[in-house]
Amino acid sequence: MPTELLQQAAADNQWAAIGPELMVGCLALFLLILEIVLPKSRHEIIPSIAVVGLLGIITGFVINYHSAFVGQTTFNGLLRHTGTGQFLRLFFLLAATGVSVLGMVALKRQKMPKIEFFAITLVVSGAMMLLAQANHFVMLFVALETITVGFYILVSYTRTNPLSLEAGLKYLIMGALSSGILLFGIALLYGAGGSPALTASSMDSMNFDALRVFLYANPDNVVAAVGIVLVLSGVAFKVGAVPFQIWIPDVYQGAPTPVSAFLAIASKAAGFAILLTLVTVFDGYQSLVIGVLSVMAVATILFGNLAALTQHNVKRLIGLSGVSHAGYLLIGVIAAIHVPFAVGAICFYLFAYLLASLAVFGVMTHVSGDDDADQDLDHYTDLAKTHPFLGTVLGVGLGSLAGIPPLAGFMGKLLVFLAAFEAGLYALLGVAIVGVVISIYYYFGWIKAAFFPQWRPPVFEGDDPIPEPPRQVVSTPAGILLATAALASVFLGFYQGPLGAWLGLS
Amino acid sequence: MDLLLIAIVSPLVLALAMVLGLPKALARNLAYVGFAIPAIIGIVLWCQFGAATKESTYAFLTSYDTGLSGLGINLTLGLNGISMPLFVMAGIVGLAAGLYALQSAAERLNQYVTLLLIMQGGLMGVFASVDVFFFYFFHELALIPTFIMVGIWGGRDRNYAAMKMTIYLTVGAMLSLIGLIAIYYTSGAQTFDMIALREAIAADGLSTVAQRNIFGLLMFGFGILVSLWPLHTWAPLGYGAAPSSAAMLHAGVLKKFGLYGLIQVALPLLPEGAEHWAVILATLAVVGNVLIIGIVTIAQRDLKQLVGYSSVMHMGYAFLGVACLSVVGVGGVVFMMVAHGFSAALLFLLAPSVHHRTQTFDLDEMGGLVKHAPILAAFFVAATLASIGLPGFANFWGELTIFVAAWKVFPTLTVIAIAGVVISAIYGLRAAAKVFFGPQTEAFDKVLEEKPATDLTWSEKLPALLLLVALLAFGFWPKLMTDSINESVAEIYPAVESAVPGDVARN
Repeated sequence: MPTELLQQAAADNQWAAIGPELMVGCLALFLLILEIVLPKSRHEIIPSIAVVGLLGIITGFVINYHSAFVGQTTFNGLLRHTGTGQFLRLFFLLAATGVSVLGMVALKRQKMPKIEFFAITLVVSGAMMLLAQANHFVMLFVALETITVGFYILVSYTRTNPLSLEAGLKYLIMGALSSGILLFGIALLYGAGGSPALTASSMDSMNFDALRVFLYANPDNVVAAVGIVLVLSGVAFKVGAVPFQIWIPDVYQGAPTPVSAFLAIASKAAGFAILLTLVTVFDGYQSLVIGVLSVMAVATILFGNLAALTQHNVKRLIGLSGVSHAGYLLIGVIAAIHVPFAVGAICFYLFAYLLASLAVFGVMTHVSGDDDADQDLDHYTDLAKTHPFLGTVLGVGLGSLAGIPPLAGFMGKLLVFLAAFEAGLYALLGVAIVGVVISIYYYFGWIKAAFFPQWRPPVFEGDDPIPEPPRQVVSTPAGILLATAALASVFLGFYQGPLGAWLGLS
Repeated sequence: MDLLLIAIVSPLVLALAMVLGLPKALARNLAYVGFAIPAIIGIVLWCQFGAATKESTYAFLTSYDTGLSGLGINLTLGLNGISMPLFVMAGIVGLAAGLYALQSAAERLNQYVTLLLIMQGGLMGVFASVDVFFFYFFHELALIPTFIMVGIWGGRDRNYAAMKMTIYLTVGAMLSLIGLIAIYYTSGAQTFDMIALREAIAADGLSTVAQRNIFGLLMFGFGILVSLWPLHTWAPLGYGAAPSSAAMLHAGVLKKFGLYGLIQVALPLLPEGAEHWAVILATLAVVGNVLIIGIVTIAQRDLKQLVGYSSVMHMGYAFLGVACLSVVGVGGVVFMMVAHGFSAALLFLLAPSVHHRTQTFDLDEMGGLVKHAPILAAFFVAATLASIGLPGFANFWGELTIFVAAWKVFPTLTVIAIAGVVISAIYGLRAAAKVFFGPQTEAFDKVLEEKPATDLTWSEKLPALLLLVALLAFGFWPKLMTDSINESVAEIYPAVESAVPGDVARN
């Protein structure tokens, strides 16, 4: 019987372990088929199908998968299923859902093909889910390239806009460079780890378990050390850590707002998923890893915050503030080497960041005009008065990003700082605190623009009235997304209950 | 359900209800309830406090798990003799501020009241928290609305003032947070629970170096929040710009967070650190806050700035009391905090009432208001006399106790501090005289032509009366408060006294 054969195959290869990823991929293909099958007039429902499908997958994941396969490796050691990995899979699914809803709002105004956006978003998030569980450099690289190539398309999606094309080109060059560096590092590690002359060498030295054993046995191998630094540098591009952050403001500005949101939320989280895996693999070279990451963290926090101070374009501002968030998270990663609960703290931070970013980017998609790249602080004048809903959501989102109690972002920062304190990283903490204080200034500046009454030049008779900043009507799905993100940010600040328990914090 | 939790949560829930778009009239009536509940619960608990069973000085203890118990963070609520009077004071000042705000003509009143309700919830939480983390958390919850209220409903220079306040107070809060986290780790208790921290530190005390460093962090962190000289510059500016209810709650209640933190957390847990910093703290407080700011206050021409500066000046007495490191000194500070909470709130309530009638804050353009508003004049003079520390008002007992305690430790500084009372009499009485008595100025004549001045309306009278009655009650019957303060302070502080140099007699 053919079904038996299939069952056999499933049992052998544990396909069920990547069920959610398969479903996400199938959903992406299904959307493309629908585009061909459905008449053009019915195409509007396809984005809704993407969102509903994602919500279905999330429900299924929460019910069936959240604890399945944890602690096992599958596919001959390509994947390792951990509690953190499970959390991150759910995280990427949620991010894809949020970004798809934002896409529904933003793409309505552009005369662009609409379906591909959702299909690519789905494929990219599927790859991110695999990346979070990678236990092998081949898996890691393939998943990472799937993500990066997807983003090449997404960033330059509004191809009539020169800034979007410029952003796409910059992202392409930088992305290719970083992939090259990463690959070079992998090759060096593979070569060192596979060298029969060294102890504990392995035939399969790209496997993380084998590599970890090898690095422990050879703590002073120069080739391996160079490889480690190169791999970390390649990943630093993805998270946007200094000195590999230079692409961020331009790409965030040029990319369509939902894509900027996707980059900020999911691409960054994917980078940290890799880093959390890699710091355990590179355990034998702890001092090197801590040194490299510490320098990066200090530079990233200071650069991100100082550069964001002078920005007037909110997309550049949020991009640079994202750089500083990467810096705080790097401190968490360093702490995670010694303090187990730091991993949970990072996950909590990422989740708080997801909610806050969805809120802020959601408001940005509604406030932006036809030119997506031109989003200035001035466009937010009197937002709280004319659109109290958008104003409140923006306030909560920015407050959470700034780490103001009682919002979720504060709890995230606090947990990461607590972990850093326990790990004894006092100098890094000092820098982080300075960064937080600086960041208050620009977040507050944005809130000021939206909430505080601003001076306006008087309009005389005969003058052209000052054009009202463009604002969209909030559709139902977008309204639900924004309200959920804002309320969850508030709620998680007061009560961390189940999430805290899942992440091992209670 | 636990009354303390209700006192914290009910303003917050009603704040949420106001955002959700209830009809305006209904929302406002609910807001009255939101301001009244904490005050009523405060008074009810106070009546029960004496007879309540206490565990390590805390009565009404309850604990809730919010999901971070693994890190030693639990929402533990309770009140001891130090926090009980402040809790009641926060409730009553909050009620007065709320009544005043709800009757005011502020634009977008519902949003304004929502923020005040959030602030009120945070304030009740600050004084009811036994968990140090939540103590900080609720402070921030109350602080953020202040910035927004200054920015939106503030007066002159509101943008600048809001920004300056935000940056100063964030730095202060950050420093104190680091200090609190440092206690959490160095104590080895791995918990933020006050009682557990005290027990852990009593069992094996912290090293002297750690104590000194952490106390330094807390002293300057809390110091910024309480406007310790020379880190006070945000205060007069911010209070000058803040709308009256926000200024009442911040200057009256929220500012006491820093002093309360020093008394409840820093001194008992870090006695050697406190000893190390005491002289510096006392000198900054007396020379900086009392003397320099006192003289600066005399020079003020703007009524609201004057009230703001005088509130900075009075914090000097409180810091002096803290620096005495004795039961009497600390008891005096608690008394003074409560009294100053009422009197500062009363002054911040009356200053805009004066402005409403004279259309200016400039003292030189006022005069003769007593003919048009005798009741306002009576209230204002009473508030001024209270803040100077006249016997009969609660402030007198606070200042007197602090001077008695300080005389034994810092005699020279005490003399200067007592001279400060004269300074505050000069600017206080001068302000009252300029506003109400003296000849009517031409500028005021013009204002009167356009808009005849009326006396205090009931919407102003009621909250003012509430505050004045409290001031007089504690002034004539200090025993209301002192019994509970003594009991708790004596239990928490014996360790401190043994660490104080030998020339300090045991009180």
